[in-house]
Amino acid sequence: MKHAPSTHAQLRIAVLVKQVPDTANVTGKAMKDDGTVNRAALPAIFNPEDLNALEEALRLRDRHGGRIIVITMGPPAAVQVLRESLYRGAEEVVLLTDRRFAGADTLATSYALACAVRRLGDVDLVLCGRQAIDGDTAQVGPQTAEKLGLPQITCVSRIDEVVPPRRLAATSSGLGTAAYEHRGSVTATRSIEGGYETLRAPLPAVLTITGEANDPRPPSAKLVLTYKDVAAEAWPDYDDSYLDPQSDAAEVCLIDHDGRPVCRARVVLWDAAAIGTEEGLTGLRGSPTRVKEIESVVLAQPDARMVEPTDEGITELVHKLIAEHILG
Amino acid sequence: MSAPAPHDRDAPGPNEVWVFVELDGGRAADVSLELLGRARELADRLGTRAGAVVTGTGAADAAAALIACGADTVYVAEHDELAAYRTGPYARVVSGLVRRYRPQIVLYGATTTGRDLAPRVASELRTGLTADCTDLRIGDHSTRETAYRDLLYQIRPAFGGNIIATIVCPEHRPQMATVREGVMRLPEPDDTRSGQVVSIDVETEAGSGEGGKDGRASDPAPAEPSAAREATATAILLRPEDLEVALLDRHKEEKKVDLKGARIVVAGGVGVGSREGFALIEQLAEALGGVVGASRAAVDAGWVDRDHQIGQTGTTVRPKLYIAAGISGSVQHRAGMDESARILAINTDPLAPVFSVAHYGVVGDLHEVIPRMIAAYKVKGAG
Repeated sequence: MKHAPSTHAQLRIAVLVKQVPDTANVTGKAMKDDGTVNRAALPAIFNPEDLNALEEALRLRDRHGGRIIVITMGPPAAVQVLRESLYRGAEEVVLLTDRRFAGADTLATSYALACAVRRLGDVDLVLCGRQAIDGDTAQVGPQTAEKLGLPQITCVSRIDEVVPPRRLAATSSGLGTAAYEHRGSVTATRSIEGGYETLRAPLPAVLTITGEANDPRPPSAKLVLTYKDVAAEAWPDYDDSYLDPQSDAAEVCLIDHDGRPVCRARVVLWDAAAIGTEEGLTGLRGSPTRVKEIESVVLAQPDARMVEPTDEGITELVHKLIAEHILG
Repeated sequence: MSAPAPHDRDAPGPNEVWVFVELDGGRAADVSLELLGRARELADRLGTRAGAVVTGTGAADAAAALIACGADTVYVAEHDELAAYRTGPYARVVSGLVRRYRPQIVLYGATTTGRDLAPRVASELRTGLTADCTDLRIGDHSTRETAYRDLLYQIRPAFGGNIIATIVCPEHRPQMATVREGVMRLPEPDDTRSGQVVSIDVETEAGSGEGGKDGRASDPAPAEPSAAREATATAILLRPEDLEVALLDRHKEEKKVDLKGARIVVAGGVGVGSREGFALIEQLAEALGGVVGASRAAVDAGWVDRDHQIGQTGTTVRPKLYIAAGISGSVQHRAGMDESARILAINTDPLAPVFSVAHYGVVGDLHEVIPRMIAAYKVKGAG
């Protein structure tokens, strides 16, 4: 493995990703006749800007050393985006899945994600895409930052510099609890209307990354071969001792049914109990917002005056618009 | 604007409808004034006051314009640490004000500032937030257990525009939403309106800040210097962790594209086919004296700059003539242009949704139709 855990991991980066319906490529009828969303017509993909966030993490890891832990919340099928993350070079992947997470709005989602990041312990950077294409809300990044009590830089089109922290001792006893010689910092440029601004935040910090930041690398053929069997099945195993690079368990392999080692990474499965969420703050119960009504978009009968695409038709149209003082 | 309602003279209090106001070169941004216009309508419907929250240095100077655009109360928080937008101190001030005055609704522009600030505030206050609403209304809502009266309906397209969702926030306050620039109409300023200015003391933990001068309500006219500075206990305190992100550089250019003010918009979409193809859109815009617009797909494809994007996540326009060339017309796109006085759609697909909002439709290839239009217009213009 190229990125062996070092005893002084320079950067531990958590990347929050989401599996989303590919709303840009609807393959069939998006709505069923009963007016509900037809998910079967929408292929599930890695949210595009989350791939940009992962790419930023990979570049930082390649430059400074360290480890990348990718977290997603979703149904078991969402493990596919974790596999995709391993194919691109993430070291560790975590699936948050529990019926108690279902129906979450952005606030309840952020709460669960923040609890998961806390459980990881010492993380220097939390990266995620600016927004997910199924809702375009751009709320989960800042809300997760607030839940973690960390500074945020949103809409980042470029990470200018990261100064890794210097820890006095390698610990992973909890977010922000390590003793530091200095905390390190991140300097990043965010896109604003008609320009940009550059900000510097102390670590740990939360950054949301836009599509302008980079072109995500494709999966590595070698890593695909290594990880293609990862989490073919999920199992309720919350032993995450291997997340501590000091632990012997860091070298533990995933064993297949025949007892052969498959690879060194596995999907860590966490439910609500594993990340210690409070009753009532996750899922629909933890969501202040409710969908009152969903209207399928029904188009009015076209009442446009149709014009032939011929010279005569177009000329007549232009004359009409001029006569109406629409064209001057 | 209607005559001031009787409660206009009441003191600022709970249940107001608020707008977080962004300053742009010392004056309130258009999006904030547009929201204030809608906040005024919502407040009238609810029988309450409209409030504007304005932060920064020189924020008090914007108060008169905010009152003219519909605010009954203007909350002014001035401090050097608030001179330029930064998440930490702004979130501290806005959530502090919400806790103190308990508005029922808070609206934000869906700008890079509003979209950075509002979720942070919503999380701190543990309340709901709906992004990029295309409409806001007041209405009732009932569940099996409870009937709610006069909730804010937060209406937005979702799921790639295949549905329109109405979101409510029944149990948590305030109800919060962001709205893009141009979605709401800019209100006509009424300089005869009156309102109150409440100056909010802001201090850093060290107490070194230049807080507001006056903690009490005063008239919008030049504030009376008050001897009694508001007690420190009621000042909003900026903590060291609120200030740990440093703004190193900010570069902002005036908008190069004035889509909102354009009388004619010529917009291109996927059907244009390429970056080179957009030259044709530009030629037609130039010939007609219009401005170039684009669908999100054309922007995402890199054919044209994001400043040109029309729609829910772009600019909303209401020109005299909107020409949609090679744009299928998703609900998000239509949300940004369907109030145009005249819409001309050019598309090879006779079933394209754009024809449902068009006044004139041409089923044909824009690469043939547009040159014909330019030729026809030039002949007429010469004649």
